[in-house]
Amino acid sequence: MTGTHASNPGNPVIVISAGDNVATALEALDPGRVLAGGAGAVTVRDAIPRGHKVALTRVAPGAAVIKYGSSIGVATEEILPGAHVHTHNVSSARGRGDLAAARQQPAVAGRLAEPDNGRDA
Amino acid sequence: MSARPSVGFLGYRRPDGRVGVRNHLLVVPTVICSSVVSERVAAAVAPIGTALPHTAGCGQLGPDMHLTHETLAAYCGHPNVGAVIVMALGCEQVVAQTLADAARAAGKRAHVLAIQSEGGTIRATEKAIALARELAAELEQAPRETCDISELILSVKCGGSDYTSGLASNPALGRVADRLVDLGGAAVLGEVAEIMGAEHLLAARAPNADTAVRLLRVINRVESEAMALGLDIRGTQPSPGNIRGGLTTIEEKSLGATHKGGERTPLADVVAYSARITRKGLTVMDTPGLDVESVTGMVGGGAQAVVFTTGLGTPTGNPIAPVIKITGNARTAVSMRDNIDLDVSGVLDARETLDDAASRLFDEVLAVCSGRQTAAERLGFREFAIHRRNPTI
Repeated sequence: MTGTHASNPGNPVIVISAGDNVATALEALDPGRVLAGGAGAVTVRDAIPRGHKVALTRVAPGAAVIKYGSSIGVATEEILPGAHVHTHNVSSARGRGDLAAARQQPAVAGRLAEPDNGRDA
Repeated sequence: MSARPSVGFLGYRRPDGRVGVRNHLLVVPTVICSSVVSERVAAAVAPIGTALPHTAGCGQLGPDMHLTHETLAAYCGHPNVGAVIVMALGCEQVVAQTLADAARAAGKRAHVLAIQSEGGTIRATEKAIALARELAAELEQAPRETCDISELILSVKCGGSDYTSGLASNPALGRVADRLVDLGGAAVLGEVAEIMGAEHLLAARAPNADTAVRLLRVINRVESEAMALGLDIRGTQPSPGNIRGGLTTIEEKSLGATHKGGERTPLADVVAYSARITRKGLTVMDTPGLDVESVTGMVGGGAQAVVFTTGLGTPTGNPIAPVIKITGNARTAVSMRDNIDLDVSGVLDARETLDDAASRLFDEVLAVCSGRQTAAERLGFREFAIHRRNPTI
């Protein structure tokens, strides 16, 4: 879906698409570690486990977290550069029947609303 | 058509024109009640003999009964199957004769034995094993012949995903899917819940609005089902293991997962569970995310081989199709080495490019289609589970 993404030897994070506001840690990162980046250095704020995401820019509450060049959910609180980005501060916008039940309204408005249970998919 | 390089593998050409990569004797229980007998019969002529033990075949409502029947019939007619024994009990809903007919329509020998009319399980088992030995001896003599790669339908699957899946193994597999389709073949992608959040990328590859709408409709149905129950899909997507592995939301998992369907291959079709895949290019099949149900459906649709990417490592196999496991996680490649066929973790530390990893995977697919055993086959993993949507009555 995205362009090619080559990792560099020794680089502890990978940014998949230009415009992503998170990077993926290829090794565990300790707070204080400085990540060199095209747009400027980011200092790691939290312990980031291997494979988890670190914020590259500030993400405002309710704003989209971008990886692979697409939204992977919205920030549930302010996320500062260098912060651990995971389930504690990002929420999925999809398949949220819990929110729909709470709001008592259809949550898939704007999408095709017609259910299709047939085998003619 | 413009000339393209001929790439081949050694397969089995069937009377109906389809091409298989294995030559199994399939022992099919019509119902859960004949499943154990079927497994015993198949075990007597393993590994050529393979069974489809399942928990369905009776007490099912219309749509589920239909799904059970369609799936079992699809396996009977599948090109990886050389001959079929249908083991019936005698009083079940699934009609044994129609399964045998599906095999015969594809030009295969097929026999039906009903336990109730053979005089009990011991007599039925003995008679079926004698028959299985005769059929297996015949199948062992069948030679492989050169077949063109355009005959191949490759199922692309991921399971036990972690952050490496979206970075290494899925994009490597996607390159293989693109190359296969360039060469005239087909790929099938299931697990529609794991397209949620990435459907805009696949829909953009549809050649017409109708195909795009059918994709969005299927995804919408899955999302609506979670909504209707008042549930948060995050209870299962991403799974607890996915979250430990660094995946935060279903959107993130989906964006990484859809890489395996290629980067540019057109979305040719959207089909129902186990329905026959007839188009070249990429087909999306409406399957659940549960690994075994998903693989069962895609093989039912005609996929002769499966490439299964994993970050954490999983054992999943299939009764009739080889399942090739690849991982981009260097630790999993060691800790789950019994279960892994190909390690592409070099992509993440620059020991290897994605193109090189894809090239090795492509060669592995051809070798496996020509007979090389996968880890799942060596270990005897032959899981089979038919999707069901309604309660058993």
